[in-house]
Amino acid sequence: MSVTHLTEESFDRAVDQGVALVDFWADWCGPCKMLAPTIETLAGLYEGRALIAKVDVDAQSALARRFGVMSIPTVLLLKDGAEMDRLVGLMPLESYVQTLDEIL
Amino acid sequence: MIDAAIIGGGPAGLSAAINVRARNRSALILSGPLLENPLARAPRVDNYPGLPDVSGAQLLQLLEGHALRSGAQLRRGRVLAAAAVDGGFYLSVDSDVIQAGALILAIGAQRGDKLPGEAALLGRGVSWCATCDGALYRGRTVAVVGLSEGAPAEANYLLGMGCQVIYVARQAPQGLLPEIPAVLGKRIEIQGEKAVSAVAVDGQILPCQGVFVLRPGLAAADLLPQLELREGYVAVDSSMATNLPGVFACGDCTGPPLQAAKAVGQGLVAGQSAAAYVSNH
Repeated sequence: MSVTHLTEESFDRAVDQGVALVDFWADWCGPCKMLAPTIETLAGLYEGRALIAKVDVDAQSALARRFGVMSIPTVLLLKDGAEMDRLVGLMPLESYVQTLDEIL
Repeated sequence: MIDAAIIGGGPAGLSAAINVRARNRSALILSGPLLENPLARAPRVDNYPGLPDVSGAQLLQLLEGHALRSGAQLRRGRVLAAAAVDGGFYLSVDSDVIQAGALILAIGAQRGDKLPGEAALLGRGVSWCATCDGALYRGRTVAVVGLSEGAPAEANYLLGMGCQVIYVARQAPQGLLPEIPAVLGKRIEIQGEKAVSAVAVDGQILPCQGVFVLRPGLAAADLLPQLELREGYVAVDSSMATNLPGVFACGDCTGPPLQAAKAVGQGLVAGQSAAAYVSNH
C-alpha cells in the first residue's frame, strides 16, 4: 500500500476508524524530505493494519492549525480519529514502529 | 553523492577536507560564514607552528583557500538534521538534502546548552528552523533569539512570511530590518505551559506564540542523538572514529585543548579515516 495524501475534505473520513499515522510536511523543509523514505517504508510494513498518510501543510494549512502543528516534520498517531501521540522532528524508523505497535 | 560531508568549516573541518581530497575522494564542507568562527576574534595566534604572527582571521582564510584549491566543495548553510540511511548519510542543509558516504563532525565546541524552557517547548512553539516552520506562524507574533550572525536575515525572512517579529539577543544585531524591534538582554527565558506564551528578556515579558532559537549550528547530541559523548564532548578513538560507523569527529568538538594546531592534526586523521571508510564500504 502506498502513502495516502490527505486533504481537509478527505481527512476525517480517512482517519475515522482504526490506527493512522499522519506526517505533516512541506516541500521547503529539508528534514521533512529526509523523513519521506521512512514514511514509505512504514506504508509497506503496516499495509492493512494502519493508514500511513501525509498532509502538506502548505496546501492544507487549516489542518495544520487544527492539530496545532508548530514545527515540521510532525507525525501524529490517531486511533479512531483521536490523537494518541505525536512525534516532532526527524526520528529513526524504530521510533515510529515502536509508537505504532503500542497503539495497535 | 559526496564521499565525505564535513560539518564545520573551521581549522579541523578544512584540514579534514584537504586530506579527504588528498586520498582522491570528494569532500563537501558545510559551514556558516568563515569569520563567525571564534578563532576569527583572535588578533594573534602564537602557537601555530610555522606561522608565528598570524591572526585568527588570516589563518582561517589561508586554510579555507587551501581546502578550496584541493578541490573541496564549500556550501554556506546550516545543517538541520542528520540520519544514517542504507549505509550512508542524509543531511538536511536549509531546504536541501545531501547524501554522503561518511560524515565528519568538526562543529566546534558547541555544548548544546539550552535556554530555560527551550527543551521542554521544542516543537510546541520553539523551533530551530525559520525556513521549515516560518509559514506555520503567518499572522502571529514570533520572537527570534539571535545567537548567530545569520539570525537577522532569518528574522527578516519571517517578517516577509507575514509574521510579527521581535528580535531578542545579547548583542546589537547587524542587518536587521528597521521594522523589527530589537530587545537586548543577558537572561533570555522561554515561557509557556503546553505551548510557548512569551519570551522573558532580563525579566521583561514579551508575549509571543513562537520562538525561533537560531544558533551557528546544532550541537552534536542534537544532530545525532545516539552519538556517544565524554564529558560533553564527542568521544573518539585514535582514528577519530565515533561510536557510530562512518561518523568521525575532529577539533574542538572532541574536547580540549581548544587550539587550532590540535584541530588541524585531528582533521588530518579524520579525513584519512573517512576516506578509508568510504573505500571499504
